[in-house]
Amino acid sequence: MSDRLREAARGLARWESGLAVVVIALLIGGPAISPDFLTGTNLFNLGLSNGEIAIMTLPMTLIIISGEIDLSVASMLGMASALLGRLWSEHVPMPAIFAVIAVVGLAAGAVNGLLVTRFRLPSLAVTIGTLALYRGIATILLGPTTVSGFPVGYTDLGVNGVPFTNDDMTWSTLVFLVGAIASGVVLHATGFGRSVFAMGASEEAAQFAGIRVKRIKTVLFMVSGLVCSLAGVLWTFRLDTAVQDNGLGLELDVVAIVLLGGVSIFGGKGSVAGVVLAALAFAGIQNLLLLTNFNQEATGVVTGALLLASVFAPLAVGQLRQLPWSRRPTTERIQS
Amino acid sequence: MPGGLAARALRIRESGIVVVLAVFVAVTASVQHRFLNAANIQFVLVDTTVFALLALGETMVVISRNVDLSIGSTLGLSAYLSASLFQGHSGAVVPLVFGAGLGIGLACGLANGVLVAGGRVPSLVVTLATLYIIRGIDILIVGGKEVTAASLPASFLQIPKATVGGVPDVAIAVAVVIGIGAYYLRTFRSGRDLYAIGSSPQAARLVGLPVGRRVFTAFAASGAIAGLAGVLWAAQYGTVNSSAGTGYELQVISAVVVGGVAIFGGSGGVVGAALGALLLATISTALYVLGISPFWDQAIWGFLLLVAITLDQAIGARLTAALRRRRTREPPEGPS
Amino acid sequence: MNPRRAAWLAALAVSAVAALAACSPGASGGSSGGSSSGGLKTGLKVYVVPKQLGNPYFTVADSAKTGGAIAALNALGESGTETSGTAATPSSQIPAIQAAISKGANALVVSASDSSALCPTLTSAMRRGVTVVTYDSDAPACRDLFVNQASSKAIGTSEVDLLAKEIGDSGQIAIVSAAASATNQNAWIGYMKQELKKKYPKIRLVSTVYGNDDPTTSTQVTQGLLEQYPHLKGIISPTTVGIAAAAAVLDSPKYRGKVQLTGLGTPDEMKKFVSDGTVKAFELWNPADLGYLAAYAAVDYASGKLSGAAGQSFTAGKLGRFTVGPDKTIVLGPPLVFTSSNISKYHF
Repeated sequence: MSDRLREAARGLARWESGLAVVVIALLIGGPAISPDFLTGTNLFNLGLSNGEIAIMTLPMTLIIISGEIDLSVASMLGMASALLGRLWSEHVPMPAIFAVIAVVGLAAGAVNGLLVTRFRLPSLAVTIGTLALYRGIATILLGPTTVSGFPVGYTDLGVNGVPFTNDDMTWSTLVFLVGAIASGVVLHATGFGRSVFAMGASEEAAQFAGIRVKRIKTVLFMVSGLVCSLAGVLWTFRLDTAVQDNGLGLELDVVAIVLLGGVSIFGGKGSVAGVVLAALAFAGIQNLLLLTNFNQEATGVVTGALLLASVFAPLAVGQLRQLPWSRRPTTERIQS
Repeated sequence: MPGGLAARALRIRESGIVVVLAVFVAVTASVQHRFLNAANIQFVLVDTTVFALLALGETMVVISRNVDLSIGSTLGLSAYLSASLFQGHSGAVVPLVFGAGLGIGLACGLANGVLVAGGRVPSLVVTLATLYIIRGIDILIVGGKEVTAASLPASFLQIPKATVGGVPDVAIAVAVVIGIGAYYLRTFRSGRDLYAIGSSPQAARLVGLPVGRRVFTAFAASGAIAGLAGVLWAAQYGTVNSSAGTGYELQVISAVVVGGVAIFGGSGGVVGAALGALLLATISTALYVLGISPFWDQAIWGFLLLVAITLDQAIGARLTAALRRRRTREPPEGPS
Repeated sequence: MNPRRAAWLAALAVSAVAALAACSPGASGGSSGGSSSGGLKTGLKVYVVPKQLGNPYFTVADSAKTGGAIAALNALGESGTETSGTAATPSSQIPAIQAAISKGANALVVSASDSSALCPTLTSAMRRGVTVVTYDSDAPACRDLFVNQASSKAIGTSEVDLLAKEIGDSGQIAIVSAAASATNQNAWIGYMKQELKKKYPKIRLVSTVYGNDDPTTSTQVTQGLLEQYPHLKGIISPTTVGIAAAAAVLDSPKYRGKVQLTGLGTPDEMKKFVSDGTVKAFELWNPADLGYLAAYAAVDYASGKLSGAAGQSFTAGKLGRFTVGPDKTIVLGPPLVFTSSNISKYHF
């Protein structure tokens, strides 16, 4: 690992510990502010409302670290939801629907990936285009209709939790946690993950080092398509509703959480742990605002302020370190 | 020398978008000849003005390898605050209200500029944060109130409707503003610095360009222009609540990218971006005029957007190659 | 990590949270409603959940100042709170409903942003004994009562009648709707088509377009209609955003008086267009009355005075007596028609 990378890793570790403090403060301060905060029902609700967004942050984390961005995530969620509704209303058996949704999700991601890698188009522009395209396909699939009345066995996941958790943990939370561990391992402990960091830090250098940048990026976009489709299925079942505007506009929330988690928008830096903590903080703060009757309309101000903190806090800490009275023994100074 | 003129025209970066626009208009008009009647052209031009203005500001920011996501929120805040000046202030005259809008936008732009240039932090994160914060402030100020057309003077509401020789006054005014913007970016030292900074911020710093100051100015200009666009928005729609301009940021970035401005800075021009806005407005209107099922609108819009980006990239690449060949014989041209 | 920094951050987080808590209006309502006055329980915690916050229509329907739902709840001695998300979507509305349930709501007065998506949440509320009353926009499968602004049939047919009065018995008309999936829009449009078929066979509905309750889109679809159908004689827009945007497009000598516009709009937003002759007549109910009635219905239900059976009646304060109709629905009354002669009397 180069010094630069090590320095970056340390910088992120700092921000992550800051996030951890916020989450701990929420855990300690939350119940003091609202006795309903740490109740099982509330945690279930919190997981239910934020589960799909949190799930979508995971592939987004990898994509941003690789130096790209995917703004079509919420539209892919909507497209999967519309597909589920349309096919179910035409009496297609559920396993076949799942297969179709998985294939379509992978294909949607592949289109993003190929346009970005083969046509060398900027992902920001491409995925704004597919944001409209995939949402448009959802609209074509469902038109003005709303499909509900999915089998109770499936819609139960909006009402009941995972067995043996006293109904406190939603299925979407479980998917998120499992997904977070999986992406954490892939990103931080495999050659694939190191390649993702490398191409985010410098695409040219990664290419010279023999990393198959195009292929890996395409795979990341495909994974994003698949995961967002899964989020779309969870979303549809928990609301028992397929409608063309499901998940409309969530893309910026997803990006905001990932950035809040300390992932660099320029790629090459970030960690899954940071994003998980950011998702917890984001969900917890929004929930607490609702429980306290605090003007719900100001949530945006809080989200924005946190985002600013995510870029300025590490800077401010860095500045403090430069001051003579906060200098540490020489070893530390040399390293930083 | 007509031959030389044609060759010259072809070398202009914007020719790609002009060709796409011309082909699109020709195809649409051949299907629905009313598409080219005066009333419809007026509609399209007026619809374009707000986006073309926003695209002007966004282009200055994007050229410097930054992005401004907060313009939609800035537009919303300015639209409400400036239009509400007419309520209970009989002395509020139209120019004063435009001045107020400009000032409100400038304040938002200055905040972005200070944060981005002063903190040297990624603009995408900062302006995503200010997108949330400015909208939050807007919602807190506006609450459930609204400005209605009845409270606005006729002279104000008449602004988007007035025409000179069939061309809307606002379209002419915006074209002039864009002309000034284009002239500034081509001719003035500080304008050309933005291209240098966008091509390589590091190199720009090394050669002693005032990078921070220039980026700061670009954000201030973008905010001020968004503020101005907000007043125009209020005049156009007459009814303003707290949601004006929601989601505009992605549409404006689409226009800028379609207009041939490189999303990673360093190349592209204001005229192209304005043409991009015109193309997107033309596409939307054409779909409605052609009477295509409204459920297909968005998918087609997204698809055409992707086609436009891809085509522009292809044409741009070819032009760059041609330029490179010619440059050996002719003195270099300014960035366009 | 640096302990000083940790302490600093913790202090910041705690003080921020404390500041937020201090700003919030007292959440401690009365106990869960034991006492009663006039047969109605008092001290009930009633949460009013509009489709979205910051929407002027719902602000009028809900707030105490305008005489809406909260005014009724205050008068009855209940603790009323307005809560919702900032976007008119289930995903934005549901967390607010869940939080209200967590906070021990006795009754919810909800305008459903989606007819089915709120059901898992509302059903679980009803299972805990929370009264669920929908108003403005229904969720038929998961509520105790629905307070309807006017019967869907009355809205659909009366708008067609209004337009027919202006354009005569023949010609092309179009509809500018909100979102394609909006339940009540589609119900009204259904009745419009019925009425056209029955009473005005020579009026032809040439197109239904969707402005998504967004001014920009509504403007563009209206412009598209005018270009695509140069002989268009009338437009119906049964949505306040759509009608205001369409009116702004028609507000020019080229179209004024040639293309008629009617639909659902608020008098404040439409005043200008009625006074300059762009719009002759449009309709709406009084949103404040709607909220007021829904609040009374919720309190009556939560007090055990109503069970939703058809034919039951109750008194809703200043509005007088109402009777529960089929499908556990209470109708506010026929929509108000606004014209140049009466529009100045209304302020919402």
